[in-house]
Amino acid sequence: MSASAAAADEHYTSTGLNNRKMVFWAFLGSECMFFGTLISTYLIYKNHSLNGPYAHDVLNIPLTSFSAFVLLMSSLTMVLALASVQRDNVRGAKIWLASTAGLGCIFIGNQIYEFTHFVTHEGLTLQKNMFGASFFVLTGFHGAHVTGGVIWLTTLLVMAFKGKLSSKNSLDVEIAGLYWHFVDIVWIAIFTLVYLIQ
Amino acid sequence: MSDAAHPTTHGEHPTEPAHAHPGASEYLRIAAILTVITAIEVAVFYIPAMAQFLVPVLLVLSAIKFVLVVMFYMHLKFDHPTFTWLFVLGLTIAGAIIISLMLLFDAMVRFHQVHPSA
Repeated sequence: MSASAAAADEHYTSTGLNNRKMVFWAFLGSECMFFGTLISTYLIYKNHSLNGPYAHDVLNIPLTSFSAFVLLMSSLTMVLALASVQRDNVRGAKIWLASTAGLGCIFIGNQIYEFTHFVTHEGLTLQKNMFGASFFVLTGFHGAHVTGGVIWLTTLLVMAFKGKLSSKNSLDVEIAGLYWHFVDIVWIAIFTLVYLIQ
Repeated sequence: MSDAAHPTTHGEHPTEPAHAHPGASEYLRIAAILTVITAIEVAVFYIPAMAQFLVPVLLVLSAIKFVLVVMFYMHLKFDHPTFTWLFVLGLTIAGAIIISLMLLFDAMVRFHQVHPSA
């Protein structure tokens, strides 16, 4: 797509900035506050359980380290997908978008395994104690965000297979990428504050 | 990638200049750094001698990872500063919420320890 055609698609804004991207950054700012409240709730309540199991009894560091690595690699594949779209490399975009969605699915699979193990083997449920309640709410909301991201990436992948993804609408991929990277940075915080600092 | 080639992907008006996003090699280098930092974090967790420094070391390492992702993968280093301010505003409020709530609840717990009947 030529620069003039791309410029023609861009409408005037008083700030000179793309309004979709502007509102999305504002949304991500609000998401920081959302996860900030959940993280602070966890940090306050995790040591106020009257009965076990406690964090150090159940948290599986090797598994979550692998999940952290998977999510970091998914951020890499996401930026490679964006770079491919911007260069009109649709085949590359399909590969990297599918890789990102696949890595997201691996992360969700790990979380499902972790939650199931906690409930069935460790006896840790949402109602069991303060640690369980705050842990499941925090990591559950993050998992829901990852799930939403995978669905979003899948719709982009469908667009790519239908031939509707090109440099003309690379902003669609860039905004999806912003969301995905945000989910990654939230996990960076959760991995440290919940799993490593017990 | 020049601004002329992709005038809309930076979220800026076509008439405004925008900086180029990094290439694949830069992205791979960042990914390698992130992986190494994650490995160090996990290693630090398992080394008993690091126990007394665990919290500050882990907080610094995770902050470095956070900043690297935001600057290079989310392109805030290359995008218009307004986007950075929007994000930093939310992040600052989130940080203030965490610190305030922890101090508040810590004070409440201390109060009940001193005045158990209250």
